[in-house]
Amino acid sequence: MADLRTNFLGIKSPNPFWLASAPPTDKKYNVERAYRAGWGGVVWKTLGEDPAVVNVNGPRYGAIHAGDRRLAGLNNIELITDRPLELNLREIAEVKKAWPDRALVVSLMVPCEELNWKSIIARVEETGADGLELNFGCPHGMSERGMGSAVGQVPEYIEMVARWCKQATRMPVIVKLTPNITDIRYPARAARKGGADAVSLINTINSIVAVDLDSFAPVPTIDGKGSHGGYCGPAVKPIALNMVAEIARDPETMGMPISGIGGIETWRDAAEYIALGCGTVQVCTAVMTYGFKIVEEMIDGMKKYMDGHGFATIEDFRGLAVKNLSDWKYLNLNYIAKAKINQDLCIKCGRCHIACEDTSHQAITHMVDGIRHFEVKDEECVGCNLCVNVCPVEDCITMEAMAPGSVDPRTGKVVPAQYANWTTHPNNPSAVAAE
Amino acid sequence: MPDISAGRLAAADYGKNFSDVHPPLTAHEAVVESDRCYFCFDAPCTIACPTSIDIPLFIRKIGTGNVEGAAETIFSANILGGMCARVCPTETLCEEACVRNAAEEKPVRIGLLQRHATDHYLERHSAFGLRAPATGRKVAVVGAGPAGLACAHELALKGHDVTIFEARGKAGGLNEFGIAAYKATDDFAQREVDFVLGIGGITVEAGKALGRDFTLADLKASHDAVFLGLGLQAVNALGVEGEETAGVVDAVRWIEDLRQSPDKSGIEVGARIVVIGGGMTAVDAAIQAKKLGADEVTIAYRRGPAEMGASRYEQELAQVNGVRILHWVAPKRIVSEGNAVAAVDFERTALDVSGRLTGTGRSVRLPADQVMKAIGQTFVSGPVESGETVALDGGRIAVDAELRTSLAGVWAGGDCIRGGEDLTVQAVDHGKRAALSIHAALSA
Ligand SMILES: Cc1cc2nc3c(=O)[nH]c(=O)nc-3n(C[C@H](O)[C@H](O)[C@H](O)COP(=O)(O)OP(=O)(O)OC[C@H]3O[C@@H](n4cnc5c(N)ncnc54)[C@H](O)[C@@H]3O)c2cc1C
Ligand SMILES: Cc1cc2nc3c(=O)[nH]c(=O)nc-3n(C[C@H](O)[C@H](O)[C@H](O)COP(=O)(O)O)c2cc1C
Ligand code: SF4
Ligand code: SF4
Ligand code: SF4
Repeated sequence: MADLRTNFLGIKSPNPFWLASAPPTDKKYNVERAYRAGWGGVVWKTLGEDPAVVNVNGPRYGAIHAGDRRLAGLNNIELITDRPLELNLREIAEVKKAWPDRALVVSLMVPCEELNWKSIIARVEETGADGLELNFGCPHGMSERGMGSAVGQVPEYIEMVARWCKQATRMPVIVKLTPNITDIRYPARAARKGGADAVSLINTINSIVAVDLDSFAPVPTIDGKGSHGGYCGPAVKPIALNMVAEIARDPETMGMPISGIGGIETWRDAAEYIALGCGTVQVCTAVMTYGFKIVEEMIDGMKKYMDGHGFATIEDFRGLAVKNLSDWKYLNLNYIAKAKINQDLCIKCGRCHIACEDTSHQAITHMVDGIRHFEVKDEECVGCNLCVNVCPVEDCITMEAMAPGSVDPRTGKVVPAQYANWTTHPNNPSAVAAE
Repeated sequence: MPDISAGRLAAADYGKNFSDVHPPLTAHEAVVESDRCYFCFDAPCTIACPTSIDIPLFIRKIGTGNVEGAAETIFSANILGGMCARVCPTETLCEEACVRNAAEEKPVRIGLLQRHATDHYLERHSAFGLRAPATGRKVAVVGAGPAGLACAHELALKGHDVTIFEARGKAGGLNEFGIAAYKATDDFAQREVDFVLGIGGITVEAGKALGRDFTLADLKASHDAVFLGLGLQAVNALGVEGEETAGVVDAVRWIEDLRQSPDKSGIEVGARIVVIGGGMTAVDAAIQAKKLGADEVTIAYRRGPAEMGASRYEQELAQVNGVRILHWVAPKRIVSEGNAVAAVDFERTALDVSGRLTGTGRSVRLPADQVMKAIGQTFVSGPVESGETVALDGGRIAVDAELRTSLAGVWAGGDCIRGGEDLTVQAVDHGKRAALSIHAALSA
């Protein structure tokens, strides 16, 4: 049976599933319920200095839904903890004492002065917490006060604050990155330069989730007005995965421990982050949607997957996808694939046809000999995969690679056996001769 | 002494038994169901719908909160979309064609979604469609059933003035007199008639019968075109001994009485009932008899389940309602006691080597207090056979692809024409298509 135990920066947890710093980790009551449900660790809801911030007293969330009102993306305008520092610290100490085997990391955000950081860290030290996460990510409200993403968007500040914190504590320091930046590698590099032990990402993405078409105000609406919020949930996962991948393969940050966050709902999502190099993952929206119990599915599903692949520990497959991350220009242009429809699975909805006909390459029939029939015309198919993505039946359309030596009916050319990419392609004005 | 009586149930049970068989979807259910539609290309459900409603489009509109627009999509193809949503055997039409059957043997519930949209619209609007400028042309429509109503609406839309001549005291045809009570509750048939007529330009002359009050020649002389939507006015006879015995009733007439009676407790129903036939009328009569408190109701049909006119689903509905279906039996004799029916003698049937239905010589007797005949209706050609006549084919009116009869200026559609499927939705399609052909002829 697979062993899910993790050791991230020396912080041990029974599994890699942590809760991200957010409402689910706001106080002792929630955190203990999460531990009881099986979560391996938590990052406590971000602490700030007293007097505590205040939240709006109207709606703070908005959402987009996929079919059947499945929550696909969540937007929030909540700030950091609105409870007194003293109360949070006391509860953190109590929880850590009662649950020594679980990870308990404390998230922090204070004004950008060395003294402020050092003094709050001193207080956290006393709680016995396992580590610190510096919140340079919150994109709304706190950023207007020069904190959160206002710091995370300036690599020099990240480096500076990370250095102050490392000097001030025995605890490992994780820098939580904001995605609201053009190139995620710069803040990650800055965190490493500043001596941070790890990065975690992503925090929420600047967003307006909807506009109310009667009141003409953004959602959520507070007394007729709305401000942008932070976007999270399943919809952000692809963005987060890319940012994790960028850091995992950047020569300057390669090997730096990463805690992956963003849209994780299932063991599969978590496994993908781990395959891209993450040592732990953090979850927020999924538990805000379904409750803590989902971790049971995550634990069991991950074990079954690992057993099926012969991975004894998380380390056995962590980062295995990193070597397959490539720039576009190195992709093999001699790899030729064609869509293939499994007629036994096809339910004849015609989506593939209309997608390819209206918007792609006119490569799928809808009628053959007067009968409704969907079939790929190899002589037109460019292998784009659109039909695969729009087909409602999983695995009904597959992409089949053409064997080297066979003739591509679209181009009339033989499929070459050797790899060739854009850098050597004759159409590339700056092509170099192939070696 | 046969046991036939009214008022078999407690008063409260009538309302319960004759409420909607398929309760409407709630707004939430409708949105959830609309999510299941794949918005198919060249949608098979639309192809299967006799009126070609753009089903994926109206479902998508429901999904985006545009229920009003969904209804408009439906009504622009089928002005009786509300009744069709209630009475269409969707399991053999749109829902049978839905690709979700192939996916998981569970079609999108198109009928209920259609009902959701049309109900929504009828609650808020008294009519559908804006009339084109008046053309000054006059068209006579004979029969205010689904075929006549659909024809009249389409003609009114195009700016023509329409007079509907209806033999009965009110419009609606079988929607009003034939459809099972639990399919069209709350006087829906009349509400829908009002909705159809709401467009304006349509006058209904109730109590006016072709052949009795005027001839086809009269209509042709006073109108620019004529549409015949006469339906089927007679029922087939069993042709067996004892058919005239008291207690043997015509199912269509019995249902008509039931439909027209505001108080269902006044309808007489036997304790043991035998319904002879295998179509929708047989099923409707049997279920409604059961709902009125009959103890034992048996549908006796001379062939097997696959040959029944009632769909598999309708057969199941009968069985769920406690009706027994006995296959492979043909009626031979009505057995009477005193002056009333006591039983029906049947002969067991089978297919011979050449696949023809034959008697086996073995008989079964089913005791009965009441016998209902439901072996099909026939066209009464009298009204169209005096003076100028239209040609018939197989006992019904012959028409061409545009629903034109042999007589210039006269169109026909619905159950009264050759080759129909005897469905409400089919009649609507005929009426609409005939109207378009009439419009083209009048505009030429
Ligand atoms: C008991 C029963 C149950 C049914 N259930 C269903 C069902 O669940 N689903 C379904 O799709 N279909 C059902 N049908 C069939 C459906 O009702 C018919 O196919 C449909 O009503 C045909 O429409 P129509 O306009 O052609 O004829 P009708 O509805 O019969 O209308 C004809 C009209 O013409 C009038 N008329 C007749 N002769 C004259 C004349 N000489 N002068 C003036 N007016 C005249 C009649 O009074 C009547 O109003 C059922 C039929 C029956 C009998
Ligand atoms: C309501 C809400 C409040 C949040 N508050 C914080 C916070 O205080 N500190 C922080 O570092 N991240 C905060 N986040 C961001 C989450 O920790 C997480 O990075 C983000 O939601 C992406 O993960 P997800 O897709 O699993 O939700 C918050 C998110 C939400 C939805
Ligand atoms: S892969 Fe692209 S081009 Fe080929 S059939 Fe599918 S949609 Fe058309
Ligand atoms: S999208 Fe899939 S199921 Fe639909 S017709 Fe194409 S191959 Fe068949
Ligand atoms: S066949 Fe079914 S899934 Fe396809 S458009 Fe029609 S209702 Fe929707």
